[in-house]
Amino acid sequence: MEFVLSLLVLAAAVAVIAAPLRRGRAPDPAPDAEIAALEAPKEAKYREIRDAELDFRTDKLSGADYRALDRALRAEAIELLRQLDAAREAATKEGSCA
Amino acid sequence: MLNLGRVCLSLALLIALYGIAASLYGASSGKRQWVDSGRRAVYALAGVLTLAFVVLEAAFLRSDFSFELVGSHSSTTTPTFYKATAMWSSQEGSLLLWVWLLALWSSLVLFATRRRLREIAPYATAVLLGFAAFFVALVVFLASPFELADPRPAEGVGLQPLLRHPSMMVHPPMLYSGYTLFAVPFAFAIGALITRRLSPDWIAATRRFALAAWFFLGLGVLLGARWSWSELGWGGYWAWDPVENASLMPWLTGTAFLHSAMIQEKRGMLKVWNVSLVLATGVLAVLGTFLVRSGILESIHAFGASTLGKPFLGFIAVLVAGCVVLVLTRLGDLRPQGRFESLLSRESIFLLNNLVLVGLCFVIFWGTFFPLISEAVTGQRASVGPPWFDRYTVPLAIALVLLSGVGPVIAWRRATLRNARRNFRLPAAATAAAALALMRVPGVWRQPLALLMFCAAAFVLAVVVQEVWRGMRARRVMSGESAPVALASLLRRNRHRYGGYVVHIGVAVLFVGVAASSTFQHVRDIRLSPGQTVSVGGYEVHYLRATSKLSPEKVTLGALLELRRDGRRVATLAPSRGYYPSRDPSLGPTGRYFDGEATSEVGLRAGLRRDVWTAVEPDVGAMRRMIDGIDRRFPLAAGDSATVMLGAIGDRYEVRPPPASFRLIVSPLVGWIWLGGMIVAAGGLIALWPAPSAARRRTSAAYRARLGRELSRA
Repeated sequence: MEFVLSLLVLAAAVAVIAAPLRRGRAPDPAPDAEIAALEAPKEAKYREIRDAELDFRTDKLSGADYRALDRALRAEAIELLRQLDAAREAATKEGSCA
Repeated sequence: MLNLGRVCLSLALLIALYGIAASLYGASSGKRQWVDSGRRAVYALAGVLTLAFVVLEAAFLRSDFSFELVGSHSSTTTPTFYKATAMWSSQEGSLLLWVWLLALWSSLVLFATRRRLREIAPYATAVLLGFAAFFVALVVFLASPFELADPRPAEGVGLQPLLRHPSMMVHPPMLYSGYTLFAVPFAFAIGALITRRLSPDWIAATRRFALAAWFFLGLGVLLGARWSWSELGWGGYWAWDPVENASLMPWLTGTAFLHSAMIQEKRGMLKVWNVSLVLATGVLAVLGTFLVRSGILESIHAFGASTLGKPFLGFIAVLVAGCVVLVLTRLGDLRPQGRFESLLSRESIFLLNNLVLVGLCFVIFWGTFFPLISEAVTGQRASVGPPWFDRYTVPLAIALVLLSGVGPVIAWRRATLRNARRNFRLPAAATAAAALALMRVPGVWRQPLALLMFCAAAFVLAVVVQEVWRGMRARRVMSGESAPVALASLLRRNRHRYGGYVVHIGVAVLFVGVAASSTFQHVRDIRLSPGQTVSVGGYEVHYLRATSKLSPEKVTLGALLELRRDGRRVATLAPSRGYYPSRDPSLGPTGRYFDGEATSEVGLRAGLRRDVWTAVEPDVGAMRRMIDGIDRRFPLAAGDSATVMLGAIGDRYEVRPPPASFRLIVSPLVGWIWLGGMIVAAGGLIALWPAPSAARRRTSAAYRARLGRELSRA
C-alpha cells in the first residue's frame, strides 16, 4: 500500500514538473522586458499624483504648491508614457521583422 | 506510513535540487520551458511536503507511537487540540512546518508572477528552492520526523508542559509564516540584483508578501508575549530573551522596508538602502530560526535547542557573503533617480523612521549576541539584562511613536513650514491637553520617559483623527456622500494610507501599555499561610485556602485567593502549579511527580485599566518527608494505587498546607498591549486587503485619460 502510494506521488510529481518539457519550446507571450520595467513606475506615478491630490485636499499642501507639484508629476508621467509608447513601437517593429 | 513520509521528504529534496538547476539553466539559456519546469518544481514541492505534513499530523492525531517523534512529544492523554499542534513543539516537526510554509508561499508568489518579472522570477525561484533544499536536507539527514520507534512505547511522553497554552500552539505557525514570507521579497531582490533589473516592479510584485510577512510575524511576537504573561510564572511579557529578540529583529527591519520601499517606488531613491534592508530581513529571519533551533544562547526556549547550529551557521554565512557581494557589485545599477527636495518632506520623515527602526534592531542584535561577542573578545561569557536594553530602546521607541505621528501630516516631496504649522496646531493642542491631564495623575510627572511616551501616543491619536476627519470632509465635498459612506470610501480607496494610520494608532496604544505597565507596576513576593492577607497596589489579597487536583497527566497544587479593593470583594483567583512526572525510573511512584517538570498556572484578573497577576510556588520541600515515606513503603506502586497515594498527598496539602510563596503583581494598562496589537493587526488587514480591480482600473483609466489629453496638447 505504502509502496503504491509512493509510486503515485513520484509519478504525479514527475508529471507536473515535466509537462513544460514535454510540450517543447512554447512561444513566449511575455511582454517585452523594457515595457514591463516601465509599467511599475507608471503605476507608481499615478499613485503619486493621487497622493498629492489627497495631500492637497487634506490641507498638507497649499494651492500653489499643489499646482506646481501636480504639474511636475504629470510632466514626469507624460515622459513615462512617451517612453512606454516608444518601447511598444520598438517591440511591434521587432515582432514584424521576426 | 513512516516510509511514505520518508519518500516524500527524499523526493522533496530531489525536486528542490532539480528546480534550482532547471530555473538557472532556463534563465541562462533563455529556454522558457526549463524556467516553467523549475517553477512547477515549486508546486510539486508544495504538494509532496503537504503530503508529508498530513502523514505526520495523522500520526499525532492517532497517537501512532511507531513514530518516534509522536511518542516523544505526545501521549494518549494529551488533549486533541494539543495533539494536532504537538508536531511543531519538536525540532523535526517545526523544521517540516517551516519548509512546508515556505513551499506554499513560494508557490503562491510564483503563480501570481508567472507572466510578470520574466527575467527575475527564475532566479527568485532558484533562491526560494535553495532555502527549501537547505531545510529539507536538515529533515532528511539530521532531524527526520519519520524515525521508527524501536521498541514501540505503550504510552508517549506527552507535550512539553510549558507549551500547553492555546496561544503557544498558534505562535510558531505565525512566526514561521512571517519568516518564510520574508523569504519572498528576499528572493526577488536577489533575482533583481543578479539580472540588474532594478526598477521597482519587483517591489510592487512582492509588496503584499512583505506586508503579510510583517503581519504574521507581528502577530507571532504578540502571541509569544501573551504566552509569557499568562503562562510563564515570572510575571512579565517581554524578557529580552534571545529567541524573542530574534523574532523582533526581522519585524523591525521589515517595517523599515515597508516604509522606505514607498520612497523607491515614488521617487526612485534609496535603492541600496532598500535592497540592503530586504536582504537583511531575509537573513535575520533565518537567524531567528537558527537561534531557537541551535541552543547557542541561553533561552527560555531551551526546549528547542539542538545540534543544528553548524549547518545553520554555514547557511547564514553563505547568505550574508552572497548578499554583500551582490550589493557591492551592483552599486552602479543602484544609483538613485531622484533626490530629497526638502528636509521637511514625508520622505525625510520616513528616512528618520528607518534610522530609528534599524537603530532599534542594532541595539537588540548587539544585546542578544553580546554573550558570544564578549566570549570571543575576553574569553568570558557576559550577558546584558533588561536594564541595558531599556536604556537604549526606550528613547528610540518614544522617537518611533513620535515620528509615526509626524509622518502623516507632512506632504510628499516638499512641505512648507506654514502648512506644517497649520497641520500641527490641533494635534499639538491635544497633546498639551493630554500632558496637563496626565500631570494630575499621581506619580506620572516623576516618570518623564513614561510621560513622554503617553504624550507621543496622544499626538499620534490626534494626528490620525485629524487626518481621517479631513479626508472624510474632502471626500464629502467631492462626492456629496454621507459621513459614514465617505469614511468607508476613503478607506476603500486608500487602503495602504489609512491601514497604515490604523497601525500607527495600534502601535501607540501598545507602547502606552508597555510604558504604563513597566513603570507603574507593583510587585510583591511574599510567603503566606491560609487566612493571611497582604496589600499590593491598592488591593488586599486574602489567602482563603490551599487547593489540589489530580489529573491523568499531572498533580496540581494551588491556592484560592480573594481579591478585595476598598474592602469589597472583586474577584477570586486560583493560581496553581502543575507537577508533571519525570521519566526517570529511579524515582519513586509519587516523588517522580515532584522531581519532574512543573509549570505555573497564573491567577489573573485582566482588565483594560489594570491586570492583577498572581502566581504560587507551593513548598513541596515541607511535604518531602511524606512523599519519600510513601515511596519507600510502596516503591512499586503504579496505576490506581499510585493515584490513591497522590490523592492522599493532595488531601494532606489541602488540610495542612505549609506556607506558600506568592508573587503578586498589579500592573496598569497591560490590556492595552493586547488591544494595541489587535488594532495593529486590523490596520495590517486593511492594508493587505486587495483593492477591487474594477476600482483600480477606473483610477488608472482616469489618470491615463487625463494625461492623454495633456500629451495631445504637448
